[in-house]
Amino acid sequence: MISIQGKGVSTGVTIGPLYFYQRAKSTIRRYEVEDPDAEWARFKAAQGKAIEQLGELAEKARVEAGDEAALLFETHQMMAEDMEYEEAIQTAIQDNKLNAEAAVTDTAAQFAEMFAAMEDAYFQARAADVKDVSGRIIAALTGVAQGGIDSPVPVILAADDLAPSETVQLDKSKILGFVTEGGSGSSHTAILARTMGIPAIIGVGDQLKPEYEGREVIIDGSTGAIVIDADPDARAALLKKMEEQKRTRELLEQLKGQPNETKDGQSIRIYCNIGSPDDVPAVLANDAGGVGLFRSEFLYLNCDDYPSEDYQFEAYKKALSDMGGREVVIRTLDIGADKQIGYFNLPKEENPALGNRALRICLNRPEIFRTQLRALFRASVYGKLGIMFPMVTSVWEVKEAKKMCEQVKQELTSEGIPFSEDVEIGIMIETPAAVLMSDRLAQVVDFFSCGTNDLTQYTLACDRQNADLGRFYNPHHPAVLRALKIVCDNAHKHGKWVGICGELGADLELTETFLSIGIDELSVSPRSVLPLRQKVRETDVSQVKEKVLNDLLSDENTI
Amino acid sequence: MKAFEYTITDPVGIHARPAGILVKEIKKYNSTVTVAKGEKAVNALKLMALMGMGIKQGDTVKVTVEGADEETAAAAIEEFFKANL
Repeated sequence: MISIQGKGVSTGVTIGPLYFYQRAKSTIRRYEVEDPDAEWARFKAAQGKAIEQLGELAEKARVEAGDEAALLFETHQMMAEDMEYEEAIQTAIQDNKLNAEAAVTDTAAQFAEMFAAMEDAYFQARAADVKDVSGRIIAALTGVAQGGIDSPVPVILAADDLAPSETVQLDKSKILGFVTEGGSGSSHTAILARTMGIPAIIGVGDQLKPEYEGREVIIDGSTGAIVIDADPDARAALLKKMEEQKRTRELLEQLKGQPNETKDGQSIRIYCNIGSPDDVPAVLANDAGGVGLFRSEFLYLNCDDYPSEDYQFEAYKKALSDMGGREVVIRTLDIGADKQIGYFNLPKEENPALGNRALRICLNRPEIFRTQLRALFRASVYGKLGIMFPMVTSVWEVKEAKKMCEQVKQELTSEGIPFSEDVEIGIMIETPAAVLMSDRLAQVVDFFSCGTNDLTQYTLACDRQNADLGRFYNPHHPAVLRALKIVCDNAHKHGKWVGICGELGADLELTETFLSIGIDELSVSPRSVLPLRQKVRETDVSQVKEKVLNDLLSDENTI
Repeated sequence: MKAFEYTITDPVGIHARPAGILVKEIKKYNSTVTVAKGEKAVNALKLMALMGMGIKQGDTVKVTVEGADEETAAAAIEEFFKANL
């Protein structure tokens, strides 16, 4: 038995033979051709073949994921037959007598460089497309079939990592799970696995040896464990876990399309928390009603300098359009405290949790805030957008932030750039001050979203990162739950809605409490949507409300 | 020769999809279509060169159509710009 530890990015247990993804070799020979006309004809044939394959892929994507997904391949098709691209290759072959593979490689590099040098993020991303298209033509030239799985039985697929065009081409009926050497939780492989609902483990590095090919492997996506040729005991334990998960998932699958409604007819919205537009497929796959928290920090963390307006715009636009009209609440920059970014040059603080963070940074450095707000409003025409400010303590902060929104809207109007007038503006309730001021705050916003992690930390004066605080850090503390009730009552008095986007939202022990105090929306990780829906549908609020509200008045919470 | 000016309203500017459809549209006619922004001009059949100009929302481009069927081609292409860009 061989055990390997990786990082699980998509949960589930599965068993099957290990199979290494087959990919065309990328070393290109370069030589002088004697008959350039014949070489040109070779290129034309390979180009034709690539265009044909792309047409098939576009159709496949259209059936599996819709017109938007097909567009990628249609664009690639147009690039493959682009006049200028073709002319550059022709020159290289006919004037310089270069072989077709080398001519395509050189031309691809030249065009990729042109796109990469452009200012706009959308065009920069086209550099990867040019390379992808050229790789396909080269594969057709060298006669190596585009990679894939040549196995009669379904396999656990091992790879270094997979490119988007590779993931689309995979025969999904042949894949039980993924194991990759590199990659991140937001890599294409991880996203695909979560969307398909199969386990995936990344970051195993060189622990996975080619000689394991074909051997029986069990992977557990929740723990990141990979076991090759498992002992009977370990095998039995993992298979039992697999059976249990399968049964649970089947039960949950039946809940798709069902309303989030209690036995006595009370409804609650179940949304998702996401960290990037790449998480949207998982949101849709789990049948969530919207996105209750889109953390915009990843845009800043991914860059070495302040992300441009266009770069941000693309990300927001993608999330909004991919959600197809369902609401997407995007939280403005929330850094400081435990999240630090070098280029912000924030001075070191004695007490960062109580320092310069989130909205405070935005209001002190309006130029950064303005860029984000412009990107958000520009993206607002692509779906239903909500904007949410984190770390509010005073009404004036909200008024100042809203004033900046108005200025940005005026700017866009004068520049003739469209935006939606239907953008909801809300705030996070994370501080005791915001709770106590919620009757006033409710009058200046459209909604509240309670960030229970920080709200617990600030209410109980317990550092959430200090593991030693143990029993003192109790998110079920009546003080936290009373705070949520105060917020709910004040919001509803002014006709505003209240959500919870902290970890607590998915805590099934508190679902009855949230329903009883009248929370309107719970935003949780995609996988928690269906279990939560199940809990809501099993609850009868009229039966539990009195007990729950009494608990809030007691010394200790009995939940 | 026929020419018209157009200010781009598409939020992403002249990006891959409309540029691709434009190429297809132009191929229906026997005219050469040039898209110019400032001093830079490209033959609109050259998809990647056209995208490479980085034409954004709010930019005004000058489109010239020259050839045997320039009358009908120019009218159709102007319509295309209005509908897609």
